[in-house]
Amino acid sequence: MAVELDVFVGNTTIMDEEVYQLWLDGYTVNDAVKVRMEGGVLEECEASADVLLSDTMDQYRTFHMCERLLHSPTKLANQLLFQIPPHRQAILIERYYAFDDAFVREVLGKKLSKGTKKDLDDISAKTSVTLKSCRRQFDNFKRVFKVVEELKGPLVENIRQHFLLSDKLARDYAAIVFFANNRFETGKRKLQYLTFQDFAFCAGQLINNWTVGAVDNLVDDMDVDLDKEFLQELKELKILITDKDLLDQHKSLVCTALRGKTKAFNEMEANFKNLSRGLVNIAAKLTNTKDVRDFFIDLVEKFIEPCRSDRWTAADMRLYLTHYTNSAHILDTFKHQVVWDRYMGVIKSCIFKMYHD
Amino acid sequence: MPGKLKAKIVAGRHLPVMDRASDLTDAFVEVKFGNTTFKTDVYPKSLNPQWNSEWFKFEVDDEDLQDEPLQITVLDHDTYSANDAIGKVYIDIDPLLCSEAASVISGWFPIYDTIHGIRGEINVLIKVELFNDLNRFRQSSCGVKFFCTTSIPRCYRAAMVHGFVEELVVNEDPEYQWIDRIRTPRASNEARQRLISLMSGELQRKIGLKVLEMGGNAVVGYLQCFDLEGESGLVVRAIGTACTLDKLTSGTPASNACNSPSKDGKEPVFGEDLPSFSGPPTPFRALPTSSSSPPPFSPSKPCSRQSSSSDTDLSLTPKTGMGSGGSAGKEAGPLKTLLRQQTQTALEQREFPFFTLTSFPPGFLVHVGGVVSARSVKLLDRIHNPDEPETRDAWWEEIRQEIKSHAKALGCHAVVGYSESTSICEEVCILSASGTAAILNPRYMREGCLDTGSTDHRFEEQSPPSCGFCHIPYDELNMPFPAQLTYCYHCRRQKVPDVLFTTIDMPPEAAVTGKGCLIQARLCRLKKKAQGEVNATAISNLLPFMEYELHTQLMNKLKLRSMNALFGLHIQISVGENMLLGLASATGVYLTALPAPGGIQIAGKTPGDLNNEHHILTIQKRINDTIAKNKELYQINPPELTEELVGSPIPEPRQRSRLLRSHSESSDELSELDLSHGKKDAFVLEIDDTDAVEDIHSLLTDNSPPTGFYSCNTELMPGIYNWTSGVQMFTSVRVFRLIHANLTNQGLNKIFTDLCENLLKSFYFKLRSMIPCCLCHLNFTVAVPEEELIQVAVTAVAMTFDKDHSQEKSADKPTTKGCNETEEQLQFPLELCADSSSSNNQPSSKISGVPESTNVSPRAASVDYGSFADRCSTWLELLRLKAHTIRRGSVKTISSLDRSSPLPEGRSRSLRSNRSFGGSSVTVVKMTPLSFLPGTRIIKYLGIINMFFIRETTSLREEGGVSGFLHSFIAEVFAMVRAHVAALGGNAVVSYSMKECVLMENPNKNQAQCLINVSGDAVICVKETDQEPMPSTTNTGQTCSSGADGAT
Repeated sequence: MAVELDVFVGNTTIMDEEVYQLWLDGYTVNDAVKVRMEGGVLEECEASADVLLSDTMDQYRTFHMCERLLHSPTKLANQLLFQIPPHRQAILIERYYAFDDAFVREVLGKKLSKGTKKDLDDISAKTSVTLKSCRRQFDNFKRVFKVVEELKGPLVENIRQHFLLSDKLARDYAAIVFFANNRFETGKRKLQYLTFQDFAFCAGQLINNWTVGAVDNLVDDMDVDLDKEFLQELKELKILITDKDLLDQHKSLVCTALRGKTKAFNEMEANFKNLSRGLVNIAAKLTNTKDVRDFFIDLVEKFIEPCRSDRWTAADMRLYLTHYTNSAHILDTFKHQVVWDRYMGVIKSCIFKMYHD
Repeated sequence: MPGKLKAKIVAGRHLPVMDRASDLTDAFVEVKFGNTTFKTDVYPKSLNPQWNSEWFKFEVDDEDLQDEPLQITVLDHDTYSANDAIGKVYIDIDPLLCSEAASVISGWFPIYDTIHGIRGEINVLIKVELFNDLNRFRQSSCGVKFFCTTSIPRCYRAAMVHGFVEELVVNEDPEYQWIDRIRTPRASNEARQRLISLMSGELQRKIGLKVLEMGGNAVVGYLQCFDLEGESGLVVRAIGTACTLDKLTSGTPASNACNSPSKDGKEPVFGEDLPSFSGPPTPFRALPTSSSSPPPFSPSKPCSRQSSSSDTDLSLTPKTGMGSGGSAGKEAGPLKTLLRQQTQTALEQREFPFFTLTSFPPGFLVHVGGVVSARSVKLLDRIHNPDEPETRDAWWEEIRQEIKSHAKALGCHAVVGYSESTSICEEVCILSASGTAAILNPRYMREGCLDTGSTDHRFEEQSPPSCGFCHIPYDELNMPFPAQLTYCYHCRRQKVPDVLFTTIDMPPEAAVTGKGCLIQARLCRLKKKAQGEVNATAISNLLPFMEYELHTQLMNKLKLRSMNALFGLHIQISVGENMLLGLASATGVYLTALPAPGGIQIAGKTPGDLNNEHHILTIQKRINDTIAKNKELYQINPPELTEELVGSPIPEPRQRSRLLRSHSESSDELSELDLSHGKKDAFVLEIDDTDAVEDIHSLLTDNSPPTGFYSCNTELMPGIYNWTSGVQMFTSVRVFRLIHANLTNQGLNKIFTDLCENLLKSFYFKLRSMIPCCLCHLNFTVAVPEEELIQVAVTAVAMTFDKDHSQEKSADKPTTKGCNETEEQLQFPLELCADSSSSNNQPSSKISGVPESTNVSPRAASVDYGSFADRCSTWLELLRLKAHTIRRGSVKTISSLDRSSPLPEGRSRSLRSNRSFGGSSVTVVKMTPLSFLPGTRIIKYLGIINMFFIRETTSLREEGGVSGFLHSFIAEVFAMVRAHVAALGGNAVVSYSMKECVLMENPNKNQAQCLINVSGDAVICVKETDQEPMPSTTNTGQTCSSGADGAT
């Protein structure tokens, strides 16, 4: 004897948040039942394992049926099949689009293509996120990317409107889309110490300052690509390192300002030319797509690592970069103040964020 | 040309991709009514087409309007090949034909395909203009209102209850036509859906005609069923109770009839408050011995060999509870006889004094006799003329006659809580009917009597209202069956039986001790596979034994719970190829007026055996423990086990027959004798073989619901009065496959019992977040779809209640707090998206400020009655005003209620809604099998919902197996019901039920098919705290009426 069919349908769709999470995490029905049993639901309500199995299967089926709607969350609000109270809908969507930091760190900046999808089992093994869950997260990234790619206007706002996500989650997705689109390299060993949130912060800075939409959001262009004109203008900054006078002048201004304010002064003075060359060279090379991809690795290699080996503190870093940026304004022959500010503003906040262990 | 139907196709959304190349669809719509078809333009390359069509106008007879549904087909245009159908929407326009129901149908409907399920949605606008019909010989019955609700609908008053109406239509089942061999499954399914829709339209029209003939204007307790007979045809039949309903217009009766039973549990009868209606009594219409009823047919026609199984004496006797001798009342004696005569004459004019109602206006029900039922086994392949209804009519006629004679034997002139059902397996069909024999107050039956003559029968009302219905209706000197009578424990004047079984809901005035609970008796009986007459005989031979055993189980379980009455008893016997399933469900209670039940005594057959004796002792102990535990669980502590009632806790066994003998003496001497017997009665179970031991074990295995849960199969749980607004209706289906080839009856019983028990456990678990909560109206349906399958389908509603006050009815504290909490918990306030409109409309105090005390407690209500009535009358006045404008205006009125659009939008909604489909959220529609929603008031009935769907799949595995298939189908059915209700302007379905759920599967072929039939009443309800109906509604009505034409 066996239960051939077993369904339970409520007029208001019944969804247990705990089971939903298990489903999202890619547990099989049987594993989910085990987890729930260990959680002690049974004792609470005098139920048996059969009851739990039946309930879990029902819920899994419901989620499975809802999944199609979750792929375009705006449909969830005006579909007729499931009667789900609005705040419940919000929870369903938010949870569905939530992702594991460990997973996202692995695919950040990779092309969201079939090739990457094939590597998901490796990622799953590495991050111990179930393959099913990896697939969902990957597909979410891809789906958001596809929808937003073609849209005009602010990236975060577009994501929020089309996927009804919270502000925080929309920002994270914007970062993911931005990284995927520009294919920033994040996987190198030297970058391993950076968390997703570090990158997400940097992405926010880049989106807000270096894209076309950042300057003029009436322009019919997207937030996803860097402002080409700006990148071109960055070449002009080279003068800071190619013109020897300018370089010396800049150094003496910075050193005057820093003297006596930090223990690391000697190292700063000794390294000034190297560090300045590093930052300006990064700026000058950004017209090449290849170099854009290496943006973060360059920042680490050319700037963060030298500083770290000289044992700068975060405060030292702050002090140095502030004066480094501001002193350029005093240079008489340096005419590219606007570009400089736009560049250094982002670099500064990115380095601040990235300068940790 | 008595009617003009107008339809406008506005837009579509979420359409499926029909063109793979472009990932888009070129959709257009065909609108068909009768033989006329209109088409919209093709809206190219869009999944969200905006047709915004002209008004398609159909000029039709009102007869057709009643029978036909409006059929909307969405297609994908294809230049080179045939157009592909995306799906269909059938819209029943009946609600538009009644001036008091909906005035317009407007909204998003799911586009349904029998193979693919729901495929997008379509926005439609439909209106009807009716012209006055001067034709006296008309065939239509427009304007007769239909209600599934089995009580007088709230916001109406029964001016007169005319009685039983029935009708039956037969047609060939398209699935069995020759053409089915060559057409697609889709075409066949659609033919079937359409046919059933037509047939139920026709059925409703015919019943309506009978109602008009009787002088009524409504059918209450309308119960429509399908019999899929297979080769011999498809039968649609319906029964109901014809009434004349008056819409309530003043405050007084409003509170009388509209108060939810939860509130006025013990409220005294308000008979005096009925307004004196001064209109001249209409001339007495000699109710013809229903010309409507089928021509009498000789029941012993040779063509249909029937073996009627239900023998009055055998199968009925145990079931019939007992009432009290009508003539016993000493003071009211002569008057009562007079009354009785009147009633009888009034009722005897009817062929069948049956009422499908299960709860009644105060004072309607005088005495209850007990359950009467009849079953008969028929062979479908012996029907002489399968396409004509005569044979089936004769079958039912025969059964009804039997019921009638059973009722007579119980000294009753009427049957209430009446219902009919069938179970079909191959060519064998079991017809069943059951009800409760009762004596009714005649004033509802005679025209004019109710309104003017309430004074005549004043004293009838004076008799203690809370126990009157328990008093036996039959003559105690001439009892129809052995029963044990005592004087009523409430009034001490009249006789009551020791137990009372009924099919009705518990009268609200009845006094109970403690709480009630669901009691089920479950039974499986194997039978040999056989054909034709042999099979029919085998079945009919088994039936009485099954009935007897079910009854015994019920009785034992009742005693085990220390209760003495059953309400809502429903016995279903289902036939399969190799077994019969019996399931009896009822709600047990301890009626204060009835004597305390004795315990259960175990007796061994062989007293000498020491081993055995020990065994018996342990069982006895377990039973006594269970009884004690149950008493505590259901809080049954009878108020006074005092004076003469004190008896030994485990009474001595006693032969019931001896008791009977003692009765045949003069009634005066009886009093002392009776009392002494009453308390000593005990139920003796003899253990004579292993089967009996098993039975007793199974008795004890029934689990009681976990803490915080209660369950019942009646509308409300006796003993719980503080309902809060948390409501969750659900449907659950389980199919069990029996694998062991050679099962015994005992083994089967256990499997079946476990199946039911596990289902209940699952419900408790799933709904645990609603605790404290009660599962109400638990309706189990069993079937044997295939040889080794048992199918159980359950529809019920879980309702939250306020635990703190559940004991005392007169909690004066406002329950608002409790309400809010549970709503929070349920995440389901009434107006999820109507919020904006309602809060806009009633800016301040309504929602938070008004304490509910007037509504909540009956005591407070009677004190504060005047002011409450005043308030009532103001909103009713408003309502009436509104209704008036609707009738004249006929445009868009109610719908603003359910849209999220704020007030200014509401005004121009009919225009706006066409466009604003994008972000609009969906109207929340609550569903419940009960006749009301706690915490709300029904302000309008919009018409009956009666829908039939077929779903088929040829990719069962891909859809998640049978479970996945059925899960999505049920969800789709809910969605379609909700969409129809919302389009009528409603926000709830009451008296919802799933009549049919037939599932056929063939996993090897990867196929399955399912048929579902659901029904209910679409309503608009408002929160009880809102004292006025939405002003916006009135506004809209007025604004729109200016530009409208006179429909009346």
